[in-house]
Amino acid sequence: MRQGHVAQGLEFADRAGSTGMKQLTLDDIEALAVGAWILGTGGGGSPYHALLNLRRLYAEGERVSLMDPDDLRDDDLVAVVSVMGAPLVILERTVDSRLIARAVTAMEEHLMRNFKAVMAVEIGGGNGMQSLLAAAHLKIPVVDADAMGRAYPEAQMTSFAVGDLVPFPLTSIDPRGNEVIVGRTASWKWMERVSRKVCTEFGSIAATCKAPRTGAEVKKWGIPRTTTKAINLGHAVTDARRRHADPIEAILQAESGVRLFTGKVIEVERRTTEGFLRGRTVIDGLGDDRGGRIEIDFQNEWVVVWRDGRPVVSTPDLICVLDTETGEAIGTETIRYGQRVTLIALPASEVFLSPRGLEYVGPRAFGYDIDFKSVFRS
Amino acid sequence: MRRIGIDVGGTNTDAVLLVDGKVVQGVKAATTADVTSGIVAAFQALAKATDLGTRIDALMIGTTHFTNAVVQRRYLTKVAAIRIALPATAALPPFTGWPQDLAELANGGVWQLEGGHDYDGRRFMPLDVAGARTVARQIRESGLKHAVVTAMFSPLDSSDEEAIAAVLHEEVPGISVTCSHRLGGIGILERENAAILNASLIELARETIRGFEQAKARLGLSAPLYVTQNDGTVAEAARAAAYPVYSFASGPTNSMRGAAYLSGIKEAIVVDVGGTTADFGHLRLGFPREANACVHVGGVRTLFRMPDLISIGLGGGSLVDLTQRRIGPASVGYRLPEEALVFGGRTLTMTDIGVTAGLIELGDRKRVGHLSAGEVQSILDRAREMIEENVDRMKPDAGEVTLIAVGGGAFLVPEKLEGVAKVLRVEHGGCANAVGAAIAQVSGEVDQVFQGVSRSKAVEAARKLADERAVEAGAAAESLSMVEAEDTPIAYLPGNAMRVRVKVVGDVAASAVPTR
Repeated sequence: MRQGHVAQGLEFADRAGSTGMKQLTLDDIEALAVGAWILGTGGGGSPYHALLNLRRLYAEGERVSLMDPDDLRDDDLVAVVSVMGAPLVILERTVDSRLIARAVTAMEEHLMRNFKAVMAVEIGGGNGMQSLLAAAHLKIPVVDADAMGRAYPEAQMTSFAVGDLVPFPLTSIDPRGNEVIVGRTASWKWMERVSRKVCTEFGSIAATCKAPRTGAEVKKWGIPRTTTKAINLGHAVTDARRRHADPIEAILQAESGVRLFTGKVIEVERRTTEGFLRGRTVIDGLGDDRGGRIEIDFQNEWVVVWRDGRPVVSTPDLICVLDTETGEAIGTETIRYGQRVTLIALPASEVFLSPRGLEYVGPRAFGYDIDFKSVFRS
Repeated sequence: MRRIGIDVGGTNTDAVLLVDGKVVQGVKAATTADVTSGIVAAFQALAKATDLGTRIDALMIGTTHFTNAVVQRRYLTKVAAIRIALPATAALPPFTGWPQDLAELANGGVWQLEGGHDYDGRRFMPLDVAGARTVARQIRESGLKHAVVTAMFSPLDSSDEEAIAAVLHEEVPGISVTCSHRLGGIGILERENAAILNASLIELARETIRGFEQAKARLGLSAPLYVTQNDGTVAEAARAAAYPVYSFASGPTNSMRGAAYLSGIKEAIVVDVGGTTADFGHLRLGFPREANACVHVGGVRTLFRMPDLISIGLGGGSLVDLTQRRIGPASVGYRLPEEALVFGGRTLTMTDIGVTAGLIELGDRKRVGHLSAGEVQSILDRAREMIEENVDRMKPDAGEVTLIAVGGGAFLVPEKLEGVAKVLRVEHGGCANAVGAAIAQVSGEVDQVFQGVSRSKAVEAARKLADERAVEAGAAAESLSMVEAEDTPIAYLPGNAMRVRVKVVGDVAASAVPTR
């Protein structure tokens, strides 16, 4: 009953330590929480609980190493992890680092093979840090890559789906000792449907290990060095704040982004349809943008920005709405009237810019009949 | 109906007499370290200034004493923290994310047990009552006198917290138990944090309220004592002693409520300009709008009913830098009467700017004769920009609003502001906080997730529950009205799930107000 109660099966054996990799400091991890939230492009869930878990694990002496995807051997096996669920439920049933590790070992038992490393399915939001939680327990490295380069609302919106990689198996874990293996599904969409059902039954939260990837697959279809990118973003913001410099300028410089509009929120409209938070916000210009007005549509994440009825920027370009003063990212669930915000865009991963990539994550995948035109290509 | 409202601030203790809803007199006395003698002094000043009559129906006191205790790390007691959520949430036990020094003062031991519910009301795990009994005995042996019980999703189903509280009361005579569902909504860590802060302040709260009672006795009053809350309502003394965190932000709330009352306006933005800061809030149906996000108290993340406030460094004592055209955030504070130029001091403050511009008459105007009209105007323009920007941040939408300016520094608020239809100043505005205390009502509220029912049915069910809670807290049932109803759709959850927050308020029930 005392603190430290450990559910059965949640103790992890020591494995050989990793060598020749970058060990992350607690400073890097604090920065990752800030950067992952920015790359969440309005969604992805808050990284706060994952950060608390990591602070505790670091205080207990655990360390996480980051491995470059190019250092993977072609036949190495990589675990792809995430927490599925409703943000509201996660506020109450906080994520336990051991469950995400258990999702990985359950997959190893199913495959009868061990993983070389673990990676995040999405770097944006709280899931950008789940891979670190698993890695800390399992003492294997985190691959510096993900399959979105940001956050997206649906499981098939990944570079692995674009690459037509196998969508199964998947393990889904509940802390009460319920473990489900989804052995085979006909498509990525079916995997989303079936695993969502399991998640709902567990209480709308589940720790999952997605379809395992080989080193060759990660090198070909993974989006490389996104953990480093998030860490750099976080450091840029905190350093700028420390120097009393403009944190948004620091973000733009760190990731070759563009500042698109500065203003204040004058309207927010939200509705929940088909399990997603959809809506629109209107921003009136301030400063150099005074007199201008933009509208941003969202589906969990920011999707399309409009000006005078024309799209200015759309997914897959990363649309980030930041607090003009602090540079802190503002989510679609929390944005509200009167906030002073700056809209910036960061470049999307190449894999989503192909015709096939756009099929999965371009404006039409979100129901907008417009052609994608990147703000980074004239 | 004759009521006395008293607000114990950091510098001044203000008191007002309210007769049949009219402010008869307001006075100020210096706040004292023991709180009680300041209250007695303020009361005596009031009695000297006006005839208090033979009968006082209610005494309402507001205080910032409990917040200060957390911020200053004083008078805190150790607490036993019991979490009912195993096998979930174990990785982030009670006190996670707390500042180390505060945790050391408050942490009397942490226990986790199986139990709790899910978001849809289904049981998560059977409640470990036998385990709770063992825990209770350990607590009894350790000598701890205050406990906190936090169960998963208790805002939806509080039965596990209540069951464990009952076990604690059986096994540990005299223990105080704070159940988290009384203090906050969804968000287990923040709700638990608020409950722990509450429990660790109970001894101070009891002592403070005993002091209030003693002051009342010394003054020969038999009127019931009420303590003001963060949301502009009051609690009976016994209830306030059990829930000190509900008094955390009562100061700014009282001044906003007082502003609403004195002006007769229920929809407005209020700015309370003091010596160091200007606090902006939004009055909705006569009450301050509440913050939706987490509120940090003394470095601890909490989530409970607090007014949504913006505080900026603009007040009568704010330092002025003419070359940089900058105001504050530093202030001379309570040293204003010595340090401002008009009082013969050496520091240029906003009060000096106000005197030069003829906005207020204070001190010796000749001492600021060297300031040019252009310089002064430029600083006043800067103050106007600061006020305009923050009024706009507080506004609920883009329309023009009424701005009520209260507090000693209200002279810094100009008559014409962008986005403001009208600036109102009110009589007794300097004592708006004590007026806010004197007029306070009783509330009841609900914050719950509903599924599978229509929006109107969900709000109706929530309203009924809120009414019951208000009556339980001392409100007259026939006087209840709904002041807040908010529903938010929840992404990802099936079954048209929505989170509904409802708040009702009513007058203090007549039966609770014996005459003298």
